[in-house]
Amino acid sequence: MITKEKVGHIGWLARIEIEEKESDAYAEKLNSVLDYFGQLDEVDTQGVAPTYHVMDIVNVFRKDEVRESMPQDVVLANTGHKQEGNFKAPRIM
Amino acid sequence: MVYENPDGVKIGLEVHVQLNRLNTKLFCGCSTDYHNDEPNTHVCPVCLGLPGSLPVINERAVEFAIKIGLALNCEIVGQTQFHRKNYYYPDLPKGFQTTQYDYPIASRGKIVIEGEDGERIIRVTRAHMEEDPGRLQHIGTIEKSKGTLINYNRSGMTLIEIVSEPDMRSPKEARRYLDKLRSILDYLDVFNGDLEGAMRVDANVSVFNGERVEVKNISSFKGAERALLYEIMRQKNHVRRGGKIVLETRHFDEARGVTISMRTKEEEHDYRYFPEPDLVPMRVADRVPGILKALPELPDAKRERFISQYGIADMHARALTTEIRVANFYEEVASQVDPKTAAVWVADILKGELNYRDIGIDAFTVEDIVTVIGLVKEDKITEQSGVQIIRTVLDEGGRPQDIVVSKGLLKVEDDIVAKAVEEAVAESPEAVADYLAGKEKSLNFIVGKVMQKTKGRADAREARERVLARISK
Amino acid sequence: MASWKDISGVKQQIAASSAEEVTASYLETIEESRINGFVAIWDKALKAAREIDAGGHKGPLAGVPVAIKDNISTKGLSTTCSSKILQGYVPPYDAHVIEKLKAAGAVILGKTNMDEFAMGTSTESSHYGPTLNPWDTERVPGGSSGGSAAVVAAGEAPVSLGSDTGGSVRCPAAFCGVVGLKPTYGVVSRFGLISYANSLEQIGPMATTVTDIATLMDVIGGYDSRDSTSINRKNTYSDALKDDVKGLKIGVPEEYFGEGIDKNVEKAVWDAIGKYEEMGASWKKVSMPHTRYALASYYIIAMSEASSNLARFDGTRYGLRAEEGENWHTMASKTRAEGFGAEVKRRILLGTYALSAGYHDKYYLKALKVRTLVKQDFDRAFTDVDVLMAPTMPTPAFKIGEKIDDPLSLYLADVNTVPINLAGVPSISVPCGFSGGMPVGLQIMGKPFDENTILRAAYSFEQNTGHHKVRPGEVA
Repeated sequence: MITKEKVGHIGWLARIEIEEKESDAYAEKLNSVLDYFGQLDEVDTQGVAPTYHVMDIVNVFRKDEVRESMPQDVVLANTGHKQEGNFKAPRIM
Repeated sequence: MVYENPDGVKIGLEVHVQLNRLNTKLFCGCSTDYHNDEPNTHVCPVCLGLPGSLPVINERAVEFAIKIGLALNCEIVGQTQFHRKNYYYPDLPKGFQTTQYDYPIASRGKIVIEGEDGERIIRVTRAHMEEDPGRLQHIGTIEKSKGTLINYNRSGMTLIEIVSEPDMRSPKEARRYLDKLRSILDYLDVFNGDLEGAMRVDANVSVFNGERVEVKNISSFKGAERALLYEIMRQKNHVRRGGKIVLETRHFDEARGVTISMRTKEEEHDYRYFPEPDLVPMRVADRVPGILKALPELPDAKRERFISQYGIADMHARALTTEIRVANFYEEVASQVDPKTAAVWVADILKGELNYRDIGIDAFTVEDIVTVIGLVKEDKITEQSGVQIIRTVLDEGGRPQDIVVSKGLLKVEDDIVAKAVEEAVAESPEAVADYLAGKEKSLNFIVGKVMQKTKGRADAREARERVLARISK
Repeated sequence: MASWKDISGVKQQIAASSAEEVTASYLETIEESRINGFVAIWDKALKAAREIDAGGHKGPLAGVPVAIKDNISTKGLSTTCSSKILQGYVPPYDAHVIEKLKAAGAVILGKTNMDEFAMGTSTESSHYGPTLNPWDTERVPGGSSGGSAAVVAAGEAPVSLGSDTGGSVRCPAAFCGVVGLKPTYGVVSRFGLISYANSLEQIGPMATTVTDIATLMDVIGGYDSRDSTSINRKNTYSDALKDDVKGLKIGVPEEYFGEGIDKNVEKAVWDAIGKYEEMGASWKKVSMPHTRYALASYYIIAMSEASSNLARFDGTRYGLRAEEGENWHTMASKTRAEGFGAEVKRRILLGTYALSAGYHDKYYLKALKVRTLVKQDFDRAFTDVDVLMAPTMPTPAFKIGEKIDDPLSLYLADVNTVPINLAGVPSISVPCGFSGGMPVGLQIMGKPFDENTILRAAYSFEQNTGHHKVRPGEVA
């Protein structure tokens, strides 16, 4: 059960700002889906291994060979926030 | 002597080692050789985390990791996979760091150091592979910054994070652990420790068996020792004043030499680890025997061999085996001249001169040191002149055999000294008489004359002995 | 005016005129579109067509216009996943499938509308507004590749690419009366596909005929060393185009005809199975008991992966950046609050919750274990039969706005498509009739890497029926 307060916490973990007035509506919708997910409790999964990858392949590697990088102007082409070849962001703390 | 550790200091270290000897990053083909280049010029869709890009594991990075694990006496995992560690930070272009979680590639190893009271075994909990984030530069200080500049050249570099148990009892032991670790990695040729950011340290520190405090952002070994000294002092003072140490993360401010609390909302970490769906598992057990076989002789083994094979002192053996290039250099010298003499010249004299200048052993050749040692041994020059030759080679260049001549360092011929002694004695009857009468200082006058006549090229001690022999006849 | 040509028809037209003229006529049709299927047009499409003409390109798709879902990266052409958060983003590289298409001579027309970040079954959650179903513009085209299906159905492109995470190719194919294939996981490189749920999704072709699906698969399928989950295995899909299902063993999973299924859909599918019997195939009922849990398992896995995949959209390097708050973290939170739509936010929040400390085992791990059971259902069924057949969607296309405020009812629509993604097997949807004037899709599922058997089954059906030839009557 996701409480109104919990919505704010999950929002922070996911870096999605949730306004106080929205959190009730979120809680309600999220809980209805979680209720539905709860039906998995019925399934007996004792001794069942989880499937992370549907194809059973291992050891896919790349040789340690250099490929060309992108030019700096291409790297920075999708942002207007840059300074002296760097991306520029607000301060951290 | 038993080290009491009266304050119950416990230190554990997490060392991030950048495998900069790889040609490319961990998950993409961008070159690792970015240290002198413009920001954001060693970047591709993968290490910039562009939508739709996918990682592919650098095979050699895995081999390096196994090599390191084996060198740290670790067990190598049979099967492992990369996980995502989810958290938000501007240096992390995907919003998660690809790392290893429940199955690190190597675990349960150890490093032996010289502790406060003899040999100490520091347990290595685990060593795992992960990608390096980009590099942040705060405009102003981190606390009152106006903004952050981000350079992703470093993003995606291969890191090995080596985590120790809290087995160190003092900042000095921590420093020794770091030195030893660096020495081992140097032997494995997996990284260039001189490059910026090649080894970064986070430390866990506790006193009086209290809560542990994590100190982050230590970028040098000297910094590690300073940060730990400061943090231990801070914790002790805090406790003495009746305070309580709380579990927290602190940031080391290198410039000010202090640690600052980083307590923010972010403290509630919940990394939501799960296996990286874009990478498949690695089964590496079958590679272990081959890599083990190719493992070089490591510092401890080499030190012991030097002591038994060359009969040199433990102190010398230790100094000669810290860096693989120095050890190899010494062995070449020892194959041409007396190993004990070689140890003194390489470990004490040459290394001292190199350290003073902060340069590596590559600045000097085996051939030159063998020449210098030979000249001294054959009594053609004095030991002091030998040192002078080394300094000249390092500061001005040139070959020892030329420097001997150009600086006039060759000891003068026997007959010239003999002649000078004869003349000096003949010219100083009074001094001779005074000496024979018991005035020992008069001898200096005569020796001085000999030195004058040989223009100082005679060995003063030898001149003194010859004058003595001549007048006591 | 729409022309509804398949690839061979387009090629004849090119031979009679030029690739440039053909591209121009499609661009004109798009210009007059009422269905909002395209969200971006490639400004170099005509130039590319001219180059094909000039170079005498001999590739299998020389001069053939193709529409691309807006979550597949196209160099120099806006790629936004139909989300506000990626507004203005122009990839500096082409996805693997785009490289392959270009090398085969295809002309990229533009990008097609989709549910934001492929999270939906109706293409209503797009930042650009919904795409309308060409058969009835009051209805949804299905999703999430609604744009890719609708433009093919409307004759605005002969073929297109979509992506299928839980039915996103097959659902709109069924709703719009076209053919859509979800290949075996690992058969088509995901390099350049903007991830929603990496362990489940594949790029898939959409067309008006099975033949065109095979032609497209011959171009886009195959190994790519840049995708670690790409499988190295050769196949020629067009070899499968044989009108022959004699001896084919069909399994009909009863769980796929569950509660809430539309009677006409059910009838159309049984009629199709009857047709196969006439053509020499045999069928039997099979049971896949974990089907009813597939939906919850699928959504938990998809949302968990999505919560991580979408973390990179933080306003720092590309796309939207909100007004700067007190620090980077608040800027990121505001950007994401502003840039993502309601459904995307809900899925990220649920995925974050499902992976978080204390809930990871209850939701995420449990879902992966159920995934194993769902996959075992398929393994077991395929020991006995060659293909499985069922309705693609339990109902025909629903009305726009009907389900948008009730996420759960929207999720329930995916009940027959998501098990396939959990198991990683291939599945195709082909038109098999109508319900209330809206198309119905027959879903044919195959063993892993056995695309050719389902293509052969679909091709044979097409050769012996006329459903795929019916065009939406009401398209401008």
